[in-house]
Amino acid sequence: MSDFRGPAGAAQIQGNLTDRQKTMLNAAALLCVLGILALFNQYGSEYHVRILNNMAIFVTLAVSYNLVNGVCGILHLGPNAFVAIGAYTSALLTMSPAEKQLNFIINQLIWPLSVVQAPFALSLVAAGVMAALFAFMISFPVFRVRGDYLAIVTFGFGEVVRVLCNAAQSLTNGPLGLKNLEPYTNLWWSWGIAILTIVSITKLINSSYGRAMKAIREDETAARAMGIDPFRPLLLAFLISAFFSGIAGGLLVHLITTVSPTLFIFTLTFNLLIIIVVGGLGSTTGAVVGAMLFAWGGEALRIVENPVDLGIIVIPGIPGMRMVVFSLILMLVIIFAGHGIFGRREFNWEQLARFLSRGGKRVGSP
Amino acid sequence: MTTTIFLQQLVNGISVGSLYALVAIGYTMVYGILRLINFAHGDLLMVAAYAAIFGIGIFSNPWIAFPLAILITGCIGVLLDRAAYRPLRNAPRISLLISAIGASFLLENLFLVIFGGVPRPFPRPDFFARVIEIGGLRIQVLTIYAPLITILLVLGLLYIVYWTKAGKAMRAASRDFETTRLMGINLDRIIALTFLLGSCLAAAGGIMWAMKYPQVNPFMGIFPGIKAFIAAVLGGIGNITGAVIGGFLLGLGEIMIVALMPELAQYRDALAFVILILVLLFRPTGIMGETTVE
Repeated sequence: MSDFRGPAGAAQIQGNLTDRQKTMLNAAALLCVLGILALFNQYGSEYHVRILNNMAIFVTLAVSYNLVNGVCGILHLGPNAFVAIGAYTSALLTMSPAEKQLNFIINQLIWPLSVVQAPFALSLVAAGVMAALFAFMISFPVFRVRGDYLAIVTFGFGEVVRVLCNAAQSLTNGPLGLKNLEPYTNLWWSWGIAILTIVSITKLINSSYGRAMKAIREDETAARAMGIDPFRPLLLAFLISAFFSGIAGGLLVHLITTVSPTLFIFTLTFNLLIIIVVGGLGSTTGAVVGAMLFAWGGEALRIVENPVDLGIIVIPGIPGMRMVVFSLILMLVIIFAGHGIFGRREFNWEQLARFLSRGGKRVGSP
Repeated sequence: MTTTIFLQQLVNGISVGSLYALVAIGYTMVYGILRLINFAHGDLLMVAAYAAIFGIGIFSNPWIAFPLAILITGCIGVLLDRAAYRPLRNAPRISLLISAIGASFLLENLFLVIFGGVPRPFPRPDFFARVIEIGGLRIQVLTIYAPLITILLVLGLLYIVYWTKAGKAMRAASRDFETTRLMGINLDRIIALTFLLGSCLAAAGGIMWAMKYPQVNPFMGIFPGIKAFIAAVLGGIGNITGAVIGGFLLGLGEIMIVALMPELAQYRDALAFVILILVLLFRPTGIMGETTVE
């Protein structure tokens, strides 16, 4: 298995790319992405920009979700709670006091929140911190259990947060939600955060903490025997995942400019699960590709829900068909192609170079 | 609160609890053998309710329609195992669980596509819809029949599990999967039987649920399913008697807490999860569970 050679070892064997070259390639790729974004920002239609924004938010969510589910190997089913907390925090901070008074009709918003207003950037940081704080609070009961129980406990916390969003009316405005947020989220914000998430989580995965996380995934008992205390790496992954999910929540609501509890139902978690399973559990590259496919596919699949006019007969649109297709994809992938698109492999420049040069001379292992 | 209202809520709690118990048994049996939370189990409630609606529409006689609906749901349960779980017997547990979540979403959205999202009224047979008065209490007869039917079905199940050969094989499989296979027992058949029995009980629960809350929609199974699972954990997962006790306790507790403290009513759905988290923190093996070594 080539997995046992670290990236450094692989570079030595191949010996075709130095660190300096790789940094240059990374910078070039980043410039490319920025260039494409600038083009879309200038010339793209509103629809395309919206899809791209959605993509970035899903990339952020999927990469941070994959850190817990793929890299640490624990089935956590409550990211919708983190997104919800981030979304409400950020929305309540950016709204002007006047706007808040217009929104909260039945119950007034509680005091300190009703008068404060913060810039968007600060509200995003606060969203991440609040989500991480919540993750910290629930981490003690969550990590006492493993496997299916952990799944159901995190699912439970997700549901509890959703119920609270509906019930705590003087904080969330209940089922009415919050309306008329400023549309702060643009391509630079969403993709900036997405790239920041990818870079920081990749750094984390390649650190000693990341190796401890993978060791716990493979065999927790053996990891313990090696002197790894599972709680600390798992907690770290959980907090960082929550932090970025919270920020993504803030981005999401400032893109669609409303917040309501129905945004954060279990379907959100289900969508993230599809993304990381199809991309390959444990692969950040897979999460990125999966998220982009999902955001694009979700739009492309709208045709199955829209009425189809065949000239002679009109087939009416079928609501719910998209979810049928998504759940079928999830089941088929997990049953017949358990590793998804990327398995646990990550993108790296050597493999790309090898792949491109395969036509000429075959570069094999020694 | 007057005594009458208290008694009313008590009876109501017991009857809701009996429905949780019926569904919880399916969770506990499957978990006992496969160590899998069958996420799609709750949706079988919904399948049974739809099957019963159409059964009554076709035969207009509940005594034919209901058993038929239960049988159909049982077969769908077996099909679920065959399609979604059997291919993953040797895969990591996380894959099995993801497949279960996928199956649950598939069932819900398939029914949404086929039957639409508008809730359908459930045609309650007069036999169950009558209201009787006992000492000032006005009770729907279903409320009384539900626990009785549950107890009868559970006794039947206990007979199968403890006094038949297939039941013996089931208990053996939940003790040690591999050794049971070495004894020449066809495990796939035993697992299919487990799914059949669990799904039939869930179907009986689902039909009674639909009579109690006569609104049938594709997502009606989610919450009773989750709560039944919590009941199974509360009773000690893998233990049938435990699941029944857990079901009754959860139903009773939920109704009584809301009855005593009406201001908590909007938190009712969160309450069960709080109970679950407390159980897992302080007594992970549940009420009847034995301490086992993993």
